[in-house]
Amino acid sequence: MLKNILLISVSMLVALPLASRAQENNCITCHQDLEDQDGPSHKIVRDIHFQKGLMCNDCHGGDPTLDDMDDVAESKGYRGVPSYTEVPSFCARCHSDASYMHEHNPSLPTDQFDKYKTSVHGQRLLKKGDTKVANCISCHSVHEIGDAKFPHSSTYPLNIPATCGKCHGDTEYMSQYGIPTDQLEGYKKSVHGKALLENHDLGAPACNDCHGNHGAAPPGVSSISAVCGNCHAFQAELFDASPHKQAYIENDFPMCETCHSNHLIVQPLDAMVGDAEPAICTECHSSDDGTIGLATAASINAGIKKLVLAHNEAEVVLNEAIEKGMLTTDEEFLLNEVKQELIQARTLVHSFDSTRVVEKTKVGLLKADSVKSNSASLIDEYYFRRKGLGVATLFITIVCIALWIRIKRL
Amino acid sequence: MSEKKPTETSTMMKLYGWLNSRFETDAFVEYMKHKAVPVHSHSAFYYFGGISLFLFIVQVVTGILLLMYYRPGADSAYESVRFIVSSVSFGWLIRALHSWSANLMVFAVFIHMFSVYFTHAYRRPRELTWLTGMGLMGLAMLFGFSGYLLPWNELAFFATRVGTGMAGAIPVIGKSLLIAMRGGEEVTGATIGRFFGLHVAILPGLFTVLLSMHLIMVQRQGMSEPVEWDKLDPSKKTYQKFFPNFLLKDLLVWLIVLNVLAVLAVFFPDGIGVVHWPLGVKADPFSPPPPVIRPEWYFMFAFQALKLLPAHILFIEGELFGIAFFSIGGLIWALIPFLDRKTAEGEKSKKVTWFGIAVLAFMIVMTIIGYLVE
Amino acid sequence: MNDTKQSRRGFLEVILGGGVLATIAAVVYPVTKYIMPPPVAEANLSQLKLKYGRADIEGEPKKAKYFKYGRELGIIFLTDKGKLNALSATCTHLDCTVQHRPDLGLIWCSCHNGKYDMDGNNVSGPPPRPLARFRVEEVDGTIFVSKEDV
Repeated sequence: MLKNILLISVSMLVALPLASRAQENNCITCHQDLEDQDGPSHKIVRDIHFQKGLMCNDCHGGDPTLDDMDDVAESKGYRGVPSYTEVPSFCARCHSDASYMHEHNPSLPTDQFDKYKTSVHGQRLLKKGDTKVANCISCHSVHEIGDAKFPHSSTYPLNIPATCGKCHGDTEYMSQYGIPTDQLEGYKKSVHGKALLENHDLGAPACNDCHGNHGAAPPGVSSISAVCGNCHAFQAELFDASPHKQAYIENDFPMCETCHSNHLIVQPLDAMVGDAEPAICTECHSSDDGTIGLATAASINAGIKKLVLAHNEAEVVLNEAIEKGMLTTDEEFLLNEVKQELIQARTLVHSFDSTRVVEKTKVGLLKADSVKSNSASLIDEYYFRRKGLGVATLFITIVCIALWIRIKRL
Repeated sequence: MSEKKPTETSTMMKLYGWLNSRFETDAFVEYMKHKAVPVHSHSAFYYFGGISLFLFIVQVVTGILLLMYYRPGADSAYESVRFIVSSVSFGWLIRALHSWSANLMVFAVFIHMFSVYFTHAYRRPRELTWLTGMGLMGLAMLFGFSGYLLPWNELAFFATRVGTGMAGAIPVIGKSLLIAMRGGEEVTGATIGRFFGLHVAILPGLFTVLLSMHLIMVQRQGMSEPVEWDKLDPSKKTYQKFFPNFLLKDLLVWLIVLNVLAVLAVFFPDGIGVVHWPLGVKADPFSPPPPVIRPEWYFMFAFQALKLLPAHILFIEGELFGIAFFSIGGLIWALIPFLDRKTAEGEKSKKVTWFGIAVLAFMIVMTIIGYLVE
Repeated sequence: MNDTKQSRRGFLEVILGGGVLATIAAVVYPVTKYIMPPPVAEANLSQLKLKYGRADIEGEPKKAKYFKYGRELGIIFLTDKGKLNALSATCTHLDCTVQHRPDLGLIWCSCHNGKYDMDGNNVSGPPPRPLARFRVEEVDGTIFVSKEDV
């Protein structure tokens, strides 16, 4: 009998769903009666902390077994609601405690508060008491905190631009700081924004990938190429070895940003390099500046333009062959290689060395030519088939007619 | 060619004489000369047997040519077919001809069969011609089914998996039959080996035997006359000579079919509409099946009918019911010369005609539903 | 009168005879062309035989070579443990061609700094999925590459 009761109670504990666990907690029981659906006691069921087994009192303190609210406030360890400025240290009680975090989520870093202190947000909040800047809950929400890997959480990559843009895109809210508020709009139109928000490419950078998250700050002029080089490594490597690097440092140019801008980084155009408008080179270089700048730019531009043209021409001929139903696997394969050569040639622009670029384009040109001639012979083959068919059907038709006449005469 | 004209050279005559002294060719020529083909409003249907034969010959020739480069096996079948259509000169043409001719042959065989059925030409004394014809049609469909898998592409793989899976529903022997067909539990490289052997050795052998019987019977008994002619005054019956008149017309029809075949093969090497066989991608047993798996069009009616059946009919399984239904239906169809007593006595059997119309309507409706419902 | 009929008949015979010969030629021509084997007389099997050996791969500055497998581009390279590995060479992020970086011990995509380990697992950067692996077999100095698990 006793054994049975034990068994039942154990299985009940195991099978106890989250909601009924909450009902044993007096915080939830009373607060849910008092609050509407948007209140903390209702939202909390969607919160990662609650889902991992933490209860109200684990953050707010107090004794959850008491059934009188006033008694709870008097009880041991009651912390209540932290003020805006207190929030970071409130969260850090656990999140900066490596041994505590190890028990709950060993893979999560514990340096968020330290980083926050170095961020522009942290500096202003903690040192100047500016409560308009972001603290933990501004980005992570409160009582609805989700793992950054969950698509509905405010820190999921797809949601980050909107999360940051909530303040940084609000001109009125940001007015006193004298910084632009067009970052979100610019980002949305950029290659990165389109890749992330339209194509849902999680590999594309959101705000935090360049600015950091807990230690959010604008990258310094010199660190820009390091930030961009995180993904565009080869370009950064080429740039660092190019004569531009030193010149940019001397002139205090913001590296990559000088040509590509910052938030509104659009798909680069081949015309950005060259010796005439709209080439960016002309903004600093002129034909009599004593450098080979414009001459180099002109020959890079010509080389790439030639390859683009050859690629497009080959593509047109290839498409015609495809349209005609010819088997073009090999040619499609080769055209893809031309595309790769073109990508590499465009990357090599960052070396600002015209011989390297032109050499690369020559490899691509050879391949493009062979795509073009192979596709053209496939198209010839197509017409040959039809002509051959025409001749054969003509013969057969003549025999048919002659035979018909012959039969008539029998 | 037709008459031995005095102008023809004596060498030809000598050769003929040489043959005649050994094989008594004269008797055969005499026999052929007296053969006559009835002329009436349905005479056109007499050509469909010949068309089927011609398309079969095209199948044999193009099939032998494909054999030169085709290599069965899971890691070579697809590659070799791709090689044929891309690298071998006129390989694309040979494959297109083989596929087109296969489909047209099944189509011609269907027309041939239904025309024989509705003119009641199967009646005494041609029961065995009908039976061998039924056998040939069954073999033709098996040819199609086994040939479909050989390129080892995605479409073929999944269609074969579904097709052989249906055989598994047959009671008692189903499981063993399925394993025998697939060469194991699953459709694998072993299945290609079996289907290849079936397609290029077993079926052609059987087909040749049945086809010879069928043709000898036709030659021996001549073309069937319409039922109405039994009571017709002999003076009102019109005939044409089998040789050379009918034979030359047959030849003309063959040439026209060859022309049509060539145009189809060049303009639509991968088929057209629901009758198509693009090579596509290689079969990958681990990839998800394509959204629509369809058998070839001549299996569609059976495939769709089996799909429409509920899980249980009365106390037996739906699929089992379907298989029983088709077996009994096929058996009745094959035995119709023996069941149709009335036509044998010189009067068309209405019942048999209505049964034929019902079967044809069932096949057409099921096929259309099969292509509309996806 | 009889003469013209005779000659018309003769003309028809010529047309018929010539037409039959031409038709036969139209059938025989493609067939003979088909029978003559193409320059490469055998189909590529799913097991690809590479034209180069281990020494050639080792001789490359990046200790890697590319190969064409059906519609795919593959990369075969010598790992730091002296093993030959082959992977799909198309980055799973935006289809750039990856390269072997013996200095880093990685497969690297230069487009967005995507990194894969020697087994093709995506370890850093934007690539969302690992690279497909090929099976490599070395028999008497000849390298065979084939798709895994098919």
